[in-house]
Order: sequence, then C-alpha cells, then structure tokens
Amino acid sequence: MTLKQTPSQTVGPYFAYGLTPQQYNYDMSSVFDAVIADNSAKGEHIQVIGQVLDGAGKPIADAMLEFLQADADGRYIASTDEIVSTGFTGYARIGTGTDVQQRFILQTVKPGATAANQAPHINLIVFMRGLLVHAFTRLYFDDEARANSEDEILNSVPADRRHTLIAKREQQAGGVVYRFDIQMQGQDETVFFDV
Amino acid sequence: MENLKIDQLYLYLLRYIVVKETNNTQESILPEPTLLNPRDWQAHPAYLSQDYKSTSLRGPTRPLLPARASMQNLRAPVYGQDAISALDHDLTRNAVRNGEPIGERIIVTGHVLDENGKPVPHTLVEIWQANAAGRYVHKVDRHQAPLDPNFLGAGRCLTDKDGRYRFLTIKPGAYPWGNHSNAWRPNHIHFSLFGNYFATRLVTQMYFPGDPLLAFDPIYQGTPENARELLISRFTLDVTEPDFALGYDFDIVLRGERQTPMEMR
Repeated sequence: MTLKQTPSQTVGPYFAYGLTPQQYNYDMSSVFDAVIADNSAKGEHIQVIGQVLDGAGKPIADAMLEFLQADADGRYIASTDEIVSTGFTGYARIGTGTDVQQRFILQTVKPGATAANQAPHINLIVFMRGLLVHAFTRLYFDDEARANSEDEILNSVPADRRHTLIAKREQQAGGVVYRFDIQMQGQDETVFFDV
Repeated sequence: MENLKIDQLYLYLLRYIVVKETNNTQESILPEPTLLNPRDWQAHPAYLSQDYKSTSLRGPTRPLLPARASMQNLRAPVYGQDAISALDHDLTRNAVRNGEPIGERIIVTGHVLDENGKPVPHTLVEIWQANAAGRYVHKVDRHQAPLDPNFLGAGRCLTDKDGRYRFLTIKPGAYPWGNHSNAWRPNHIHFSLFGNYFATRLVTQMYFPGDPLLAFDPIYQGTPENARELLISRFTLDVTEPDFALGYDFDIVLRGERQTPMEMR
C-alpha cells in the first residue's frame, strides 16, 4: 500500500505561542529551547549566532530554526535518560523574533565528528512565513579546514557555494562564538538540501 | 524491525554488486543507501509562488542539492518525558482563567501514518490556531477581533501505540491577511510533526470541509492540485460526541521507509 505524503504548508507568522512559547513569554512550557548543552555538558562550550536574511538582505523577524547535532564525542542522543545524565539535549528550536537584531543565539557545545568522512557539523531546518516547505541545511566550522576538506557532503557542494555552510569562529568576551547567517536568496544563497 | 534490516542488507548488497561490476575501487558510484522514500514533490508546494507574495523574497531560488544518506538517516530528536502535561491536548481547558473559551467546541483526531500505511506511534504532534473570532494570541497579530481570555490556541500530544492523536479545541475563525486586497485565510489549524526521523519532519495546516475561502487562498491553492484534498479534514459522526462536540478526522502521512522490490511488487 502506498499513501500520498501530506503536503507541507508554511509555518506562518504566528507559530511562537505554539512552538517557542517560553522564548516569546507565553504562558506555556516549551518542548525545545535555545539550549542544546547546559553548563554540565562535556565539550567546548560555544554559541552559534546569526541572522536569517531575505532576498533583499533584510533580517527576517519571523523565522524559526531547529538544530540537531551530535555531542562532543560525535554521538547522537537516543533517550531521555541520556539528556538527564549528560546535560545535552541534542536539539534546539529558536525563533528570530525576540532579539532586537533578529538574531538567533544557540547555546551548545562543539560537536565531535560522527564518522570518518564527516566533519563536525550541525543539521538545521529553516521555517518561516513565505516558505511553503521547510528547508534543510548544515553548518560546518571554519577552524576544521582539514576535516571539512574530507567531508562527503561538503565535497558534494559546488566549491563556489561551500562558504555558505561554514560558520566563522570569533573569540568574544563571553566566550567562543561562531557566526552563521542564512541567506534565503541572492549571490550567497545558502545551500539547501533535498533531505 | 526485521524488515528494516533486510531492506538495508539488500541495498548494501546492491551497492556492493554495482561497485564491483564497474570495477570502481576508489569510490562507490552509488551513495550509501537511504532508508526513506524521497520527499514527494508532486505533493508539496513549490518554493516560489506568484500568488503568495511572501515567497518572492524568501523561497530558495536555486535547486536543492541531493541528500546523502548520512543526513537522511538521522533519527528524530528525543525530549523530556515531562514535555507533555495532562491538559496539553485540551485547548478548551489548557488556558482557562475565569471561564470556558467562547466558540464551537470540536474534536480533531486521526492517525499519523507513513506512506506504507504503518502507524507512527509515540510521536509528538503540536498544534496552534486562531480563536473562534479569528484572532491569534501572537503579539504581532493586529486583526481587530477580540482575544479570548480563556483560550491560548496551542496544544500538543503524543500519538498512542496505534499512531492516533486527539485534540479537543474550539473551531478557529477565518481572519484577514495582507497578501492581497480583501484576502482572508480559510479556517485552519497548524500542525507540526516529527515522525521517526529528522527527515520526516512536517509542518502543515488542516482545513475544514466545505470552506468557501479555500477557493481563494493562495497557500492552499499553491499546493499541487492532486494533493490538496489531503489537507482537508473530514467531518464524521463517528468522532462527534452527542451533546458535546462535532468531530473531525484528519490523518497525516509522513515519508515512509523504503520497501524492497519484493515488497513493492
């Protein structure tokens, strides 16, 4: 038997009280938030900060991002018990509507490599009003040049577009920040995958 | 589970044979096998739509790059057992302050299935919607319709062992939006689902049967014609509860695991 897939529809402009209620101060708990790793989690603690930009280069205030990553040892979390024992959830969900600069700010640890042909990376999903089907992309780290050069997925991306997937490391007063902007269109349109 | 292992074995074997026969020892010519069927682009809307204005600066303009198995085979996230509270599925009670929410009480239920007809048990289903007057709680909504102090419009639940979910809520009203002159969204409830894989993630909207606004809605109309009706719930007395609430049935189909050629025959 083959059933037809239910079509995707846009997340729309009003997702916040349903999907990211605590971040937007609604009176409901959030299943996922902006913290993948709390202070107790093993690994190098980092922030990933960026904006989602539209085709006119303007930051988008009603985008929602989801992040899935392996822990510092390159392992994906497989159970609720592991979250409790490690302080690492593996998943985050952030709206871009609560920061004055429409930034997302992810608190996490730098992931370890998950396999020999994989550089450390974070998997992302982008949702927003005006996006009828969510878009999958991936974030790599600019201080992993060697591993990046051997990554099977980065190598499947045309060389002149790979930079759209690479976050830039900055040492700031509060700690290590990787800057990663997502461009929906234009010269530097982020590479999206048909995952 | 047994089937899955056989599928994987079959695909690995196929890959091994092809690689061997072409004598390509440096690099496999077939990528590592993926577990899932691809996204069905005959069912999902295109990114750019002339009639839905917001897509013009937001939809990707370049073709998506093909997925690799290592991305597609990732599992869905896990979350705390306390993530779902007892009243989360009941939007008529989960935000009550001084009385009951105003509007027509409805039951919305259905199965989450994959393309092979297999139920997806214990998966998170999240919903959000406007109130009976067509007003969203969201601070950005400026529609001049009343908020309901006893209605938030957000809910969630896990499917049961048979893949079934059930919400009790208030029928959402239509509301105006700025896409074009005199534009109104049909009554709808937003749905967010995960399924078993990262790649089975789905965000969609459920509509109601017989809604005259569907014919004028660029979001609904932007969906391929042969798949649109999958977004419309079905009114049924089987779900309706006497003296209490009308019932709507809405099944959701996520991408399924690949079947072997034997099973497909």
